[in-house]
Amino acid sequence: MSAVLESHDHSHDHHGPAKGWRRWVYTTNHKDIGTLYLWFSFIMFLTGGCMALVIRAELFEPGLQIVEPEFFNQMTTMHGLIMVFGAVMPAFVGLANWLIPMMIGAPDMALPRMNNLSFWILPFAFALLLSTLFMEEGAPNFGWTFYAPLSTTYAPSTVTYFIFGVHIMGASSIMGAINIIATILNLRTPQMTLMKMPLFVWTWLITAYLLIAVMPVLAGVVTMMLMDIHFGTSFFSAAGGGDPVLFQHVFWFFGHPEVYIMILPAFGIVSQIIPTFSRKKLFGYTSMVYATSSIAFLSFIVWAHHMFTVGMPLAGELFFMYATMLIAVPTGVKVFNWVATMFKGALTFETPMLYAVAFVVLFTIGGFSGLMLAIAPVDFQYHDTYFVVAHFHYVLVPGAIFGIFAGVYYWLPKWCGNMYDEKLGKLHFWLSFVGMNMTFFPMHFVGLAGMPRRIPDYALQFADFNQIASVGAFIFGTTQLLFLFIVIKTIVSGKKATAEVWDNPEGLEWTIPSPAPYHTFSTPPDVK
Amino acid sequence: MLSKAIPCRLWIGVLLFLSLTVRADWEVNMTPGVTEVSQQIYDLHMIIFWICVIIGVVVFGIMFWSIIAHRKSLGAKPATFHESTTVEIIWTAIPFAILIGMAIPATSALINIYDPSESDLDIKVTGYQWKWHYDYIEEGVGFFSNLSTPTDEIYNRRDKNEHYLLEVDEPLVVPINKKVRFLVTANDVIHSWWVPEIAVKKDAIPGFVNEAWTIIPEPGIYRGQCAELCGKDHGFMPIVVEAKTQEDYDAWIAQRQEAAAKERELRDKVWTLEGLMARGEKVYATNCAACHNADGSGIPPAFPALKGSAIATGPIQSHIDIVLKGKPGTYMAAFGSQLSPVELAAVITYERNAWGNSKGDMIQPVDIANMQTAE
Repeated sequence: MSAVLESHDHSHDHHGPAKGWRRWVYTTNHKDIGTLYLWFSFIMFLTGGCMALVIRAELFEPGLQIVEPEFFNQMTTMHGLIMVFGAVMPAFVGLANWLIPMMIGAPDMALPRMNNLSFWILPFAFALLLSTLFMEEGAPNFGWTFYAPLSTTYAPSTVTYFIFGVHIMGASSIMGAINIIATILNLRTPQMTLMKMPLFVWTWLITAYLLIAVMPVLAGVVTMMLMDIHFGTSFFSAAGGGDPVLFQHVFWFFGHPEVYIMILPAFGIVSQIIPTFSRKKLFGYTSMVYATSSIAFLSFIVWAHHMFTVGMPLAGELFFMYATMLIAVPTGVKVFNWVATMFKGALTFETPMLYAVAFVVLFTIGGFSGLMLAIAPVDFQYHDTYFVVAHFHYVLVPGAIFGIFAGVYYWLPKWCGNMYDEKLGKLHFWLSFVGMNMTFFPMHFVGLAGMPRRIPDYALQFADFNQIASVGAFIFGTTQLLFLFIVIKTIVSGKKATAEVWDNPEGLEWTIPSPAPYHTFSTPPDVK
Repeated sequence: MLSKAIPCRLWIGVLLFLSLTVRADWEVNMTPGVTEVSQQIYDLHMIIFWICVIIGVVVFGIMFWSIIAHRKSLGAKPATFHESTTVEIIWTAIPFAILIGMAIPATSALINIYDPSESDLDIKVTGYQWKWHYDYIEEGVGFFSNLSTPTDEIYNRRDKNEHYLLEVDEPLVVPINKKVRFLVTANDVIHSWWVPEIAVKKDAIPGFVNEAWTIIPEPGIYRGQCAELCGKDHGFMPIVVEAKTQEDYDAWIAQRQEAAAKERELRDKVWTLEGLMARGEKVYATNCAACHNADGSGIPPAFPALKGSAIATGPIQSHIDIVLKGKPGTYMAAFGSQLSPVELAAVITYERNAWGNSKGDMIQPVDIANMQTAE
């Protein structure tokens, strides 16, 4: 109690952050922690990106040129793990930290010390994971989905590092999610009812519940692996009465909600940006909230559509096929709402809007291939081919990643007080757009033509499209250095931004000056 | 003169480009395959693809119309409409109806694929790291099917042939117009047996048996690959199915049965060192070289060298044990169940006497067979 009173006293003398490294290590400020998350995620994005470029370089032509299959498998595995757990998820938590308190008129996150902890355990998790690359037996090589028994009985001994790394990442995510829920439910300014919350806050509230529900399942499944490897249990080994397919059920019970964890906050970002640059209210706020909730609910009952070929009974196949197809309905509602918001607006296309529009178009393409994959009998031909790789990169790169880019360009002037360079921003967009489509569109073709995923070498008929994809990947990859340059340039120089930044945007964050002061909303603001 | 030369060069360029694209393989779609099921799947795939295209054209059409016509720079004034329950209900109901339209043919295709009726021929398919084993259960014929692409082609030391990575030493042979049932399982990790042209993809799961079936209507060679990540050489365990007419198939089976009898004979005869070495070199190239290298140098640390190794130059019994039973906790598989006694004896003898290893000792196939029956 005395701690609470003390912090109350401090808020009166408007003191800034501590100096030097202590500011970042000891910080409990939501803005500092948001910044830490975002930079961490960007470093991971470049790390995982380099691994993707190793993969694409090897696949530039048939034959084994640059890496051996053993190392190739380590690259695909680490690329997936780092992008999912190191790049996309921390980026969204970083955005949540920066924005949720400012959007709901709260002075900070509800649990600031836990906020510090949830960030600072992450570097250790990834240090554990990445250190395996330098060990004798090499990094995990069983794919980011780590199917047993390839990841248990037949795994390199470094799998244990991977397991503890995942445990720590899970703990971090759970703490982050608890914090976000506590903040949204308790610290809203009094007039902000739930149905007045910005959509970004709504999507994050739902995402946080998904995280709390499924991260323990992930922790459970890696713990079962740990037991199988070191303590003689047989959860996933038929020889001891277990079942390798059990692994897949447990993993995908985590894994499918996980893919929505990576996209729902991006839905929220795009729902903030499109109305601003259309100069028109979001078409259906209420239905957007309900659609997001329905997607979250459905995400729990579709997991086995990742497993149509494991030999499920007919009734199981039909159930998971129907449930998966059903997701198209609320997802369609969202897309239609964005289009209806743009319809008859007064549109301008600054960088955040370009990213948001590309998000809607390309995510929808990913949605279409998702619908095709949902059809169980046809999935027998798509499953584990590059068609799947194309599908999930279309929902994750122009979905999650473009959503994050859109959000960063949209709020960066608010964070650092300077406008980014619009010309460079647009260049970054167009290069990313071309590079991304060049990389992933041809993957649909090679997948349909029969190229399995996760292979270091391929038959000759796949050569041409793979070459195009590799060129695209290097365009996309190097373009991200331009993004780094743009962000640094904006922080150190650039035109001063106004408090509103954009043309009459909606939301409490635009009522405070740019850059946002170190402490905001010490007293709850009024909401219309 | 110049103005004439340029179009001429341009045409040559275009022609060259066209000839390149003609030679290159730009396959962009799923194969309709050769079976009734694969055709059904292909049709379903195309229906859903076109539905997606139509929805895409409508939705993106409206969107791009807004992007072009409702720009602020053209003086567009924003409308103020928002929230309409009627519109929301319409765009919830229409997709729902479309989905039902898709679900009906999908359900009937799935029920067809799950047809449990009796089969004419049963073949057990077992995935190993990294090859397939086929067992003709009734006929008593069984063999491994290994990648036959030479290492030199993989490492770009030689031009790649047409069926690069999609060729095996022993294809799976099946008769046409017969219902062939595959009983799919695995020996180590999960694999997935996939041949696109007959639209069969089934996971091979250690300890469990999955079922799939096909009826191939015409003779031909159909190629596929393992579809589930199964370790280092996941990309190097193709599947080749050869469909033959009933007579050709019968002749093939008779020949296989004869070969099996001959193999038994070979097992019982007394071999010379030279004979075992010659046979052993072939067995080594197919089964051991992927990890231990053709020259026995291995890929340390995961795959140790055999050249000068303690096992290959030590007591023969421990050498036999490790080849037959594998080494738990490492990549070394138990080859006792994968190779015949002749192959085992040959490869062990070869390893002890190749690349400068010169033990000079040997083991007879019949001794291996006796050891195996004793256990």
